[in-house]
Amino acid sequence: MMEQDHTKELAHIRGLMDRSTRFLSLSGLSGVVAGVVALGGAALAHYHITRASIPDADILTYGTGGGYTSADDLLIQLIVDASGVLGVALLCSWWFTWRRGHKTGQHLWDASARRLMINMIVPLSAGGIFCLALFYYGLPGLVPPATLLFYGLALFGASRYTLDEVRWLGLSELILGVIAIFWIEQGLLLWAFGFGVLHIVYGGVMYWRHERGPVTREA
Amino acid sequence: MIEGLNKAFESRVRLGIMAVLVVNEWVDHSRLREVLNVTDGNLASHLSALEELNYVLVRKRFVGKRPNTSYKNSVAGARAFREHLDAIERLIPKP
Repeated sequence: MMEQDHTKELAHIRGLMDRSTRFLSLSGLSGVVAGVVALGGAALAHYHITRASIPDADILTYGTGGGYTSADDLLIQLIVDASGVLGVALLCSWWFTWRRGHKTGQHLWDASARRLMINMIVPLSAGGIFCLALFYYGLPGLVPPATLLFYGLALFGASRYTLDEVRWLGLSELILGVIAIFWIEQGLLLWAFGFGVLHIVYGGVMYWRHERGPVTREA
Repeated sequence: MIEGLNKAFESRVRLGIMAVLVVNEWVDHSRLREVLNVTDGNLASHLSALEELNYVLVRKRFVGKRPNTSYKNSVAGARAFREHLDAIERLIPKP
């Protein structure tokens, strides 16, 4: 009986140490939904690129630059696509995580959440500006690998403030980003794999590991 | 049997306070209350007990116009906490 008490005591302490530093309410469903949205967005982008079908388009520029062409419309369309995907994915992710936070009793905006956000936002903002610059210089073909790399770096760095799976997701995105930068013709496909399939897979694993069964509320 | 266990950590709340402080930088009062799920008064009395033992450091300052009190473990506090955990671990038979 005594031994059981001590074991419980240690588990309690470990739980407190974890809960006070990590944001553990991140919902796997957020990842799954973000992945589905990303796949939709990639399909849309692919449709726009094919429809514009600029003859002999360069893989880096998609035929943009050099005066007004139909490719300039394509560029705007791609930016609209990307913003839409980002907006919808963020909204859905926020909703599922909010719902889970509600269940576990961890406040959505506590110190651990703020720490996670800060550590994500800083590298992602740099990446976002970099990608806008790529559009500005007429190099949309480099955007898929750039987003994969910056996103991977952000996840890898911020993973110590949330669930462990995020570290592996970050590493996977980085590997895909490196492949994509040398295999630029398949950039969009690799992007769809990284932001779509990987999100669904890791989100599913996170859901399966942490969210099935009875919810353990904060003591 | 109970050699090494620290009387100061007999209370679950005090043990909880130390657990949170050793893995964080300065933690403010409301955050501690939230994580440990205890009342203000309860938390304050345990904190002052730990402060008297020089296990925690206290920082009072103003954030905007509102007073804000934060806590951090002292070196002695971290050592005492670690020794207490070691003692608990020794009580659990190895598998």
